[in-house]
Amino acid sequence: MIDWTLILEWFIKAAISCFVLLTGFAYMTFAERKVAALLQVRIGPNRAGPGGFFQPVADGIKLIFKEEFIPGGADKVIFMIAPIITVIPALIILGVVPWGPTVTLFGRKILLGITDLNVGILYILSVASIAVYGIVLAGWSSNNKYAMLGGLRSTAQMVSYELSLGLAIVGPLLLAGSMSLGDIVNAQSKLPFILLQPVAALVFYVAALAEVNRAPFDMPEAEQELTAGYHTEYSGMKFALFFMAEYIKMIGVSAIFTTLFLGGWRGPFADLGAPQLPAAFPEPLVQFVGGLDLGLLGLIYFWAKVAASLFFMIWLRSTHPRLRYDRLMALGWKVMLPLALANVMVTAAALVSPVAFWIIIGVLVVVVAAYLAGRVGLAVRGT
Amino acid sequence: MTIELSLFFLLALIAMLAAGGMLLSRNAVYSALFLIVNFATVAVFFLLLGAPFIAMAQVTVYAGAIMVLFLFVIMLLGAERLRQKSVLPWQAPLAVVLGIVLLVEAGVVIVTRGLGAPPPALSETAAAGFGGPQAIGASLFTTYLLPFEVTSVLLLAAMVGAIVLTRDEKGKSQIPNSKSQTGK
Repeated sequence: MIDWTLILEWFIKAAISCFVLLTGFAYMTFAERKVAALLQVRIGPNRAGPGGFFQPVADGIKLIFKEEFIPGGADKVIFMIAPIITVIPALIILGVVPWGPTVTLFGRKILLGITDLNVGILYILSVASIAVYGIVLAGWSSNNKYAMLGGLRSTAQMVSYELSLGLAIVGPLLLAGSMSLGDIVNAQSKLPFILLQPVAALVFYVAALAEVNRAPFDMPEAEQELTAGYHTEYSGMKFALFFMAEYIKMIGVSAIFTTLFLGGWRGPFADLGAPQLPAAFPEPLVQFVGGLDLGLLGLIYFWAKVAASLFFMIWLRSTHPRLRYDRLMALGWKVMLPLALANVMVTAAALVSPVAFWIIIGVLVVVVAAYLAGRVGLAVRGT
Repeated sequence: MTIELSLFFLLALIAMLAAGGMLLSRNAVYSALFLIVNFATVAVFFLLLGAPFIAMAQVTVYAGAIMVLFLFVIMLLGAERLRQKSVLPWQAPLAVVLGIVLLVEAGVVIVTRGLGAPPPALSETAAAGFGGPQAIGASLFTTYLLPFEVTSVLLLAAMVGAIVLTRDEKGKSQIPNSKSQTGK
């Protein structure tokens, strides 16, 4: 039998999630300009509304009224659907991320967050792997060499960094013993995993930056080399959709980073449930306080952590130059991937027994020493 | 008709249309995209069968990783437009004949044997966690440990082989360069 109230609940939660992400996108563009201005000792946008608060609205209206241009020789169908294919994975990737604990609202137990799958991490990885298509198809269908190169670069970059990203997730997964993000948050009730898995957290954050094509890894749209990369030929709302996808993906990876490494919605008092005041207090007050589920605090903690991560991303963008393309690939394959693999091995060994842990550490030290000795030997021989 | 059955027919229609589109489109990029749609539909079939792990693996590995590489190669080679006529003119009629034979065979089997008893509903056979990552991991590392390890060794050999093949070419092309550089 179908539980219609459950379907209604999911529908409302999905609508709220989309609304939050889209509003978040609009104000991320504003925040990006404001924070970058702060870091570069400028003022930033301040004309539309108090302190420039309505700047995103103005930008949106401008983009809606712009001419939509389809270049001659472009593949029209794919040119039209490429922005859509880019936005949808960005919107649905948060479907498995818990925003808070299960709370009692309106006499009903409601999980804050759309759902909690037992294959949540695999869901994230599969949606992330679909996200490549929008960019590569946009680049191909534009019939433009710059766009094509941007699309191909992005494919290579995202496929390369997806490996490190997936391996970095394995660390928290091993510690929590579950692929469900709800279980991973619950496993961090004592310590957030960033303290237990600092290497995995670092690898995840860097790989996530590369995965969403953020500076300093924004190769697919390096303007000095590729004009604007894969969205060179896009204008109006179609361009806005790419822009939207980039910022929503930033919010998405920040939320996933928060869930995996920063303890998700956990914070002081968030998992206590509804508080029970002693009966000495007046009856209406007890009723009122009993109706406030402290789990709702989790929402605040969660989004505060996400905001901190987003702030860090903007900070990185406004202080670091873009990597050269070959250095980017070398970093992905020669540094991040071995680091992530070593982290998986060490974590697994540590979970089995301390003896295995020290054996693995010893082996890794020998391997690294041999590699460094080889490098030194090569340098001495001058080749 | 239950919801699952109607979903099945809808998905089957999409999967078949996507497969047909893949075969019939003249543009290799469109073929690849139709194949991705087909893979995605198969993933939803796995979800309907109560196998979320395989569904997600299907999307990640086939629709995500492998097809991206296909598209990459198609775009890099500029092979998206099929210009020359088919080099195997006898292939299409033969395929049609063989397809009809297969259909007739299936029809005969269904008519003579019937469809058999319907499979038991999922809730009866499936224990909790059936098809989930824990159940799959447990059977991979106990019952099917040997095939699993053999497959991993096979994949490792393929990886090393790919690296050796590409490095070999690079080495050959670099040897004259390095000699000319030391010669100077």
